[in-house]
Amino acid sequence: MTEQLSRPTRRNPLARTRLPVPLGGPRSRAAQGLTQAAAEGVFRLQVCTVCRAATYPPRDVCPRCLSGELVFEACDPYGVLVAETRIDISGEAHFRERAPWRIGSVRMDCGPMVVAHLHGGVAQGQRVRMTLMLDKTGGAAMVALPATYGDVPPDDRVLREFTCDPKFRRVLVTDGRGSLGQAMVTALREAGAAEIFVGVADGWKPFGGEAALRAQAGVSPVVLDLTDTQSVMECASQIGGRVDIIVNTAEHVRAGGVMAAQGVSEARAALELRSLGLMRLAQGFGPIMRMRGADGVDSACALVNVLAVHALMNWPEFGVASAAEAAALSMSQCLRAEFRGGGIRVLNVFAGPQDTEWFQTVPAPKVAPMVLARAVVAALRGGGEDCFVGDVAEDYRARLAANAKALERELGA
Amino acid sequence: MTDLLAFAAGIASGAIRVIDLTHTLAPEFPVIALPPELGQCAPFRMETVSRYDAKGPAWYWNHLSMNEHTGTHFDAPVHWISGRDLADNAVDTIPVERFIAPAVVIDCSAAASADPDFLLRVEDILAWEAEHGRIAAGSWCLLRTDWSKRAARDYANLRDDGAHTPGPSVEAVRFLVEERDVLGFGTETIGTDAGQAHLFNPPFPAHFTMHGKGRYGLQCLTNLDLLPATGAVLFAAPLKIRDGSGSPLRVLALVSA
Repeated sequence: MTEQLSRPTRRNPLARTRLPVPLGGPRSRAAQGLTQAAAEGVFRLQVCTVCRAATYPPRDVCPRCLSGELVFEACDPYGVLVAETRIDISGEAHFRERAPWRIGSVRMDCGPMVVAHLHGGVAQGQRVRMTLMLDKTGGAAMVALPATYGDVPPDDRVLREFTCDPKFRRVLVTDGRGSLGQAMVTALREAGAAEIFVGVADGWKPFGGEAALRAQAGVSPVVLDLTDTQSVMECASQIGGRVDIIVNTAEHVRAGGVMAAQGVSEARAALELRSLGLMRLAQGFGPIMRMRGADGVDSACALVNVLAVHALMNWPEFGVASAAEAAALSMSQCLRAEFRGGGIRVLNVFAGPQDTEWFQTVPAPKVAPMVLARAVVAALRGGGEDCFVGDVAEDYRARLAANAKALERELGA
Repeated sequence: MTDLLAFAAGIASGAIRVIDLTHTLAPEFPVIALPPELGQCAPFRMETVSRYDAKGPAWYWNHLSMNEHTGTHFDAPVHWISGRDLADNAVDTIPVERFIAPAVVIDCSAAASADPDFLLRVEDILAWEAEHGRIAAGSWCLLRTDWSKRAARDYANLRDDGAHTPGPSVEAVRFLVEERDVLGFGTETIGTDAGQAHLFNPPFPAHFTMHGKGRYGLQCLTNLDLLPATGAVLFAAPLKIRDGSGSPLRVLALVSA
């Protein structure tokens, strides 16, 4: 059974903070197909292109027909929990700390038998819905959830291990001056965040929505300018030990390509904020977050980058901005490796043009800031690390996967 | 022959006081606010190269970045389109003698306190002269408003229709240049012009007219309340930047005790 999560009590300052313990060893290249699926929040298994049998765990040869033509495909995620095991003692330090821990064998409707972590709401003999989630160290894990969507209490301790639910967590939204940052604050309040710090740069400049932002209960504006190392370090020194999730909403969107840009000042400003800003944020807040990645059910858990999907392929109409996004994306990939051992997930949320003043002349569809903010919360509650929000971002992903060169030509047409 | 050693001795003894009219360069200090689609004034930034650490075990030093017009700064004539074709119009070519000059201080702090859009008028200057004497040619004219004492938000004083900060009227600038032959105009506010000076004709007279006539600007000054109305000498030398339109600088005032 899943117990309703109550607000965690304050830490005993005399007790040593629990450190993250690595889970499992290196995965095979074939197994990274599951990692990719888990990262994107979809359920895929290896399927043999010759005999069409689905198989698990990942391998190089089909166990039924011995063909080497195995590809990862979306599969029916339902099955039956045929056997349940409760781990009370384990040789793995990770499970020893979490005992008792339930795992079970699930007979998938699509064929294979899968060993999975069990949500508190499932019991032996019941139908379950399988999901692929990333564990704290970035590996894919099978998690069996109740078969109907409405029956999945998010408070479950297994889900708290695999997700970054903002409920009862303290969140830093890096830029409250823009509409996305303000929407993010609203979405996080809806999600039950314990406290929301919201960064405000250039406090001497008024901004739209300021009075409402400053008046919200549970919201603490902090001085934070990602282009200023001293500001980031000062902010980190004050609240760094209390931040469980960072959502980087800082934006620098300007239309224009490379040759007509009249020098590099604009590009430098974009890179300062988007790429070096992320670096400053990581240097200021990362080390302490990494120490708190296993600190109970409200541990530090995630750094969220809201990225333009054009980080993945340059959109010449916003060419310089795309390049800055690509730099930020590259920085985030490095941070994933650095954070992984600390149990902190780097979640990249890709969106197409937002419905804001900087994309005023761009035709629909555009993503409303509130939609994007709620998608960030949903992604934190999921078990992935790459999330695409809105029609444009989804379309971009599909076209990129189908033919990256075609997308390059189409965007530059 | 002027006795420079006596001058140095005067400073050492305190007979000549040295007053710093400069704000500390710091990241949070406001800069001119322009519509975001225009080029922006980069604020002051400091990145540590090393601080007695692996990047330099025994030394501490920083990389700095900023605009030429960040913090307490000097405006050269080439800053404005009206001064672009003048001789010696950039910070590297201005004759260095111009960097040491007397200053008069017109105290409008009470009026500016009552009205953030206060404008210095010709009659204000004439009234000041009736009390303190005619402004000598080649002097800096400094407008004291006590604006430098305000916290950052009130200092920038931005509202939906732009900044509301004091400055000179079109006529006052013309009078100071044409009738009094001043060296330049200095203010405590972010610009030498009033916050609403984009609505004037010509817009931004302290830029258009001063620089068009080869005069200079000083802005973001502080401690003007420590200066006498007349008798101070300013040392205000910008960095020698090739073709520079201005420069942050240390502005020192020398005042007889």
